Amino acid sequence: MENDYIIEMLNITKEFPGIKANDNITLQLKRGEIHALLGENGAGKSTLMSILFGLYQPTSGVIKKDGKEVQINTPNDANDLNIGMVHQHFKLVECFSVLDNIILGVEPTKGIFLEKKGARQKVMELSDKYGLMVDPDALVSDITVGMQQRTEILKMLYRDNEVLIFDEPTAVLTPQEIEELMKIMKNLAKEGKSILFITHKLNEIMEVADRCTILRKGKYVGTVDVKNTTKEELSKMMVGRNVNFSVDKKPATPGETVLKVEHMVVPSKAHANNAVKDISFNVRKGEIVCIAGIDGNGQSEFVQGLTGLEKMSSGKITFNGKDITNATIREKSKLGMSHIPEDRHKHGLVLDYSLEQNMVLQRYYEPQFQNAGFIKTKEVRKYAEKLIEQYDVRSGQGPITIARSMSGGNQQKAIIAREIDKNPELLVAVQPTRGLDVGAIEYIHSQLVAQRDSGKAVLLVSLELDEVMDVSDRILVMYEGELVGQLDPKKITVEELGLYMAGAKRDEVPAEV
Amino acid sequence: MSEKKKDVLLSIGASLLCIVIGLFVGLIILFCINSENAIDGFIRIVKGGFYLAPKGIGSEISQAAPLIMTGLSVAFAFKTGLFNIGAAGQYTVGVFGALFFGIILHMPWYVCLLAAMVFGAIWGAVPGFFKAYFNVNEVITSIMFNWIGLYLVNELMYNTIKGMYDQKTTRTYKLSAVSPQSVIPDLGMNSIFKTSSTTIAIFIAIAIAIIMYIILNMTTFGYELKACGFNKDAAKYAGINEKRNIVLSMTISGALAGIGAGLYYLSGAAEWNPQVATALPAIGFNGIPVALLALSNPIGVVFAAIFVAHISVGGSYLPTKYYQPEIADFIVAVIIYLCAFVMLFKGIVMNLLRKKTKKSEHAGKEVK
Ligand SMILES: Nc1ncnc2c1ncn2[C@@H]1O[C@H](COP(=O)(O)OP(=O)(O)OP(=O)(O)O)[C@@H](O)[C@H]1O
Ligand SMILES: [Mg+2]
Repeated sequence: MENDYIIEMLNITKEFPGIKANDNITLQLKRGEIHALLGENGAGKSTLMSILFGLYQPTSGVIKKDGKEVQINTPNDANDLNIGMVHQHFKLVECFSVLDNIILGVEPTKGIFLEKKGARQKVMELSDKYGLMVDPDALVSDITVGMQQRTEILKMLYRDNEVLIFDEPTAVLTPQEIEELMKIMKNLAKEGKSILFITHKLNEIMEVADRCTILRKGKYVGTVDVKNTTKEELSKMMVGRNVNFSVDKKPATPGETVLKVEHMVVPSKAHANNAVKDISFNVRKGEIVCIAGIDGNGQSEFVQGLTGLEKMSSGKITFNGKDITNATIREKSKLGMSHIPEDRHKHGLVLDYSLEQNMVLQRYYEPQFQNAGFIKTKEVRKYAEKLIEQYDVRSGQGPITIARSMSGGNQQKAIIAREIDKNPELLVAVQPTRGLDVGAIEYIHSQLVAQRDSGKAVLLVSLELDEVMDVSDRILVMYEGELVGQLDPKKITVEELGLYMAGAKRDEVPAEV
Repeated sequence: MSEKKKDVLLSIGASLLCIVIGLFVGLIILFCINSENAIDGFIRIVKGGFYLAPKGIGSEISQAAPLIMTGLSVAFAFKTGLFNIGAAGQYTVGVFGALFFGIILHMPWYVCLLAAMVFGAIWGAVPGFFKAYFNVNEVITSIMFNWIGLYLVNELMYNTIKGMYDQKTTRTYKLSAVSPQSVIPDLGMNSIFKTSSTTIAIFIAIAIAIIMYIILNMTTFGYELKACGFNKDAAKYAGINEKRNIVLSMTISGALAGIGAGLYYLSGAAEWNPQVATALPAIGFNGIPVALLALSNPIGVVFAAIFVAHISVGGSYLPTKYYQPEIADFIVAVIIYLCAFVMLFKGIVMNLLRKKTKKSEHAGKEVK
């Protein structure tokens, strides 16, 4: 008898030091379906998928492929069983071309030489068939995140994988790229591929998934048919309570100017033009200003220029009346500028440090945490415990957990906790809720508003239109390195905002309000 | 058991495994060269200084002290993400500092030791400076500075500075003869071990290892250095002055190597021979395997250095009739350098442990 399930993971348990990441979880994947996996940060989704891909061995439990029990000890075993995975953080070789990355590990050879012609043809065919546009000769370091992801997908297809695992593929994509990915996934399913799909965005589940399995704190909660459920029901199953999707806040009461940016120009690393071209604006106490725009329009460079990670080529920044154009990162931090960086692994964390060491990354030198150059370990511990409690940062061993072993969302929560708790005059938050579950997003948004209500300024950079519309008091749209619109979220529609972001509409933006 | 303790035990296990494998390979080589005397030779190597106690132990101690320092030098740079392959050069320049202040200036030993430290520090600082401000790879500059240092020191001692080089012995003047106050005190150890160069150097080295451990693990300075080593970008984001830390790290690294030179030459263990010394001192390079074997832990460095000194002394007791001195050096080198594979073995030990726990779990289930 033909088995309905292509993959069955039965009673899987996985223990890490201090935590049961998976506790008796059963997951059954039907042939040709898109199966979503939903759960709070740290619920054990990535762990479960890593077990299926052979990166971890389950402490107990059985995996079946086509009804037969299998042992998956390494990713190579998984590959032999035609199981492929796109990881939460991509695993491409930066200095290789797209084509080389795709064939890496299964290089076709003629004698001792590489035989790339056939490979190229196969890749091009696959890319046509599934609508995966890539440039096979571009270097990975030069292409967009979206194309990197398509490369990862092609990598799986090139290996004739039939079970495709996507771990939070949409967290790093722009809304446009997400649309595209959704289409690709539907296409793949139609062609008979079976897909496991992790995401925190309920809309995406509603749009593409056939069924959804929900995990909570390592335990199995249930599997539902997506057509018979709602977003609210899903989030309730996942968090265990009702989640408020909109942000409660009173109208802003802006005060004096905190940040004043005048004629800022930042060079681009990717091309000869400037990434940020002569922008001027200000941010006042008690308001949340959001910089909206399609990814790659200079937002990242702007933030790096503002915070001091990169040098700006001209312009002036004033902070609480003080000229900080040439101030160092440390000086800015001391003056009360706090920064939730875009890339948590590159800038936000020292992954090999423990959680508590990361919690004081910006403050280890303050008298509270050191005495005559010696770190007060007890104080650091106490402080970390406080933040962990307050922001519900989940990990195996609490303060002494190595940051690398934490789940992606909890790493993000740790950074947010650290930055908000500095109670900064200005909080620069770039994509703060990237990779967070709906419950955590609700909490973080309320914290941003609370920060505003206590008279501090928040500068939010976000690609999520919902976030832009719900959280901000004032929207500045950035297009090709320039500010092209200043909008009031209460007065405009998402469509209108979209026109500004696409460069179809533009106004003069006053330098000061 | 806490994760940290487990990791420490794992590291020690891996290091021991390396040593066992290294020794085993050494034994095979001994057999290949001369099978009759292999076992005897092997016993001599394993016994090390104890083969000829107490003298052997004494010389083991006096060799271990500088090795600890060069090991610390390499390990300290490793911790901050730098590869200080220049410890040999910094050591060489340190030798000059120590001997110049001793033979020429007749300074007391601690001043000479400080001089060795400062000279080594300068020699480390330059590659650090180039790395930090011009992004020149420290490995390349360090290697260049090794040779520049060596020939500069030779030239200075042989020609430029009169009164350091003794024509009769073709070496620098014997320190104990020309400036006894420059010799590190031995507190009677020389008479216990019946040697001439077993001094308190070893205690100084151990004390410095402990200080390095404290700096790396308990201070804000160590916190900054390690942050730079683990993730430069995050360190920058945190407002840590990464450039300054690279220079400081290489400076300290050089200082440690320089102290190593001081400890060895101020103990009267050897004199420098500028004419013959056209190869960099092995103690400088052996800092690399020592640091690797110790997985860059300063306390581990102490034990790793003692082990390497032990094997080296043991190798020198191989009967030259059957094993030429070069062969002895070769075998010792094989053992030492195999130890450098410790990281590899750490993975293997980890896998073994995992399989074992899995098996015992299965066994446990069956009983149930
Ligand atoms: N290699 C590891 N070592 C120790 N603990 C780990 C390791 N990997 C995961 N964990 C722990 O297991 C738990 C589950 O992590 P996992 O990454 O599976 O979560 P997740 O559901 O993917 O969360 P997120 O939505 O934040 O990505 C976390 O508490 C994490 O700290
Ligand atoms: Mg995850």
